[in-house]
Amino acid sequence: MSATVSLAATATATAASTASGTPGFLSPTGVEILFLLVGLLTLGAAITAVTTRQLVHAALWLVVALGGIAVEYLLLSAEFIAWVQVLIYVGAVVVLLLFGLMLTRAPIGRSPDADSGNRPVALAVAVTAAAVLVTVVVDAFRTTWIDLENGAPQGTTDVTGRILFQHWVLPFEALSVLLLAALVGAIVLSRRGDGRNGTGAADGGER
Amino acid sequence: MHLAYPAVLAVLLFCTGLYGVLARRNAILVLMSVELMLNAVNLNLVAFDVWLRDTLHAGQALTLFTITIAAAEIGIGLAIVLLVYRNRGTSHIDRLRELAETGGTGGTDGTGRPAETDGPTVADATDNPADTRLTRGEATA
Repeated sequence: MSATVSLAATATATAASTASGTPGFLSPTGVEILFLLVGLLTLGAAITAVTTRQLVHAALWLVVALGGIAVEYLLLSAEFIAWVQVLIYVGAVVVLLLFGLMLTRAPIGRSPDADSGNRPVALAVAVTAAAVLVTVVVDAFRTTWIDLENGAPQGTTDVTGRILFQHWVLPFEALSVLLLAALVGAIVLSRRGDGRNGTGAADGGER
Repeated sequence: MHLAYPAVLAVLLFCTGLYGVLARRNAILVLMSVELMLNAVNLNLVAFDVWLRDTLHAGQALTLFTITIAAAEIGIGLAIVLLVYRNRGTSHIDRLRELAETGGTGGTDGTGRPAETDGPTVADATDNPADTRLTRGEATA
C-alpha cells in the first residue's frame, strides 16, 4: 500500500500544475479503496434505514450510516469533524430519535404501515434525482484530484480550533444563541400549557 | 483521492434521504431521513474544503455549524412530534390533515390548546384513504 501511496504522491505532484495528469480510476490508491468500501457500507446502511419496516432497526441502521460518514471524514483528513460527528450524531441525535420512538409508542416488531402510499412516486423522484446528480457530478469532477498527502494538515483539532476562533468566532457565538433558543423552545413546547406539573414536565425533563 | 468519490457518495446519500422523506409515514423516520440529507451535504462540504485548501476552512466551519443546526432541529422537531402525538394520538404525517383545504374532516377545530385535553385523544379517527394522497404533501411541508 505504501508503494501505491508514494506513486499517488508523485502523481499528484504532477497533477498540481495541470489537470490532465491526474491518475485514472483504474488504479485506485489505498485510501480510495477504503473510502469506496466504507462508502458502500454507509450507503447500504442508509438505504436499509429508509426502507426497513422495523422502526427501531431504522434508528440502529442510522447509527451505522452516520458512523460510516465519520470514517469518511477521517479518510478525508478532517478528524475533528469526524469526532464531532461521532459525539453529536451517534451519541446524541440517535439517542434522541430512539427516545422519540419510545415516547410515541412505536411498535417494536414489523409495522406494515411504515411506508406511506406514495412510495412509487418517492422512488421515482429519488432515482431520477440520483441519476441526474450523479451524471452531472461525475462529468464535472472526473479529473479533479484531492491532494491529501502533501501540504499542511487541514482538519486537525489545532487547525479547526484556530480558524474557528479567529475567523468564525462571531457565527460561532451566534450559533450558541441558536442552541439556547432551541433548548428553551423544546422545553416550552414539551411542557403543559397552564403551569400544571403533569406528565408533560416529566417528558421535558427526560429530553 | 478523486473528488468524484465523496461527491458521488454524497449525492447517493442525499437521494436516499430524499426517498425517506417522501416515502416514510412516521414523522420520526422522516426526521431521520432529513438527518441523512444533512449528512450528505456535510460530506460534500468537507470534501470540497479539503480539495480547495481554503485558508479560512469555510467548509469545515460550515460543517460544524450545520451539525449544530441539525442538533437544534432534531430537538425542536422531536418536541413538536411528541406534542402532536400527545394531542392527536398519532405520529403519522398523513393523518395530520387539520389544515387541509379539501376533505379536512378533523374532529377538532385545529386550534385546541394542549391545556384543554387531558390525555392522548385520537382526534382524527375519520381517516379517508382517498384523500390522503392529495393532502400528504401539505402535511410533510
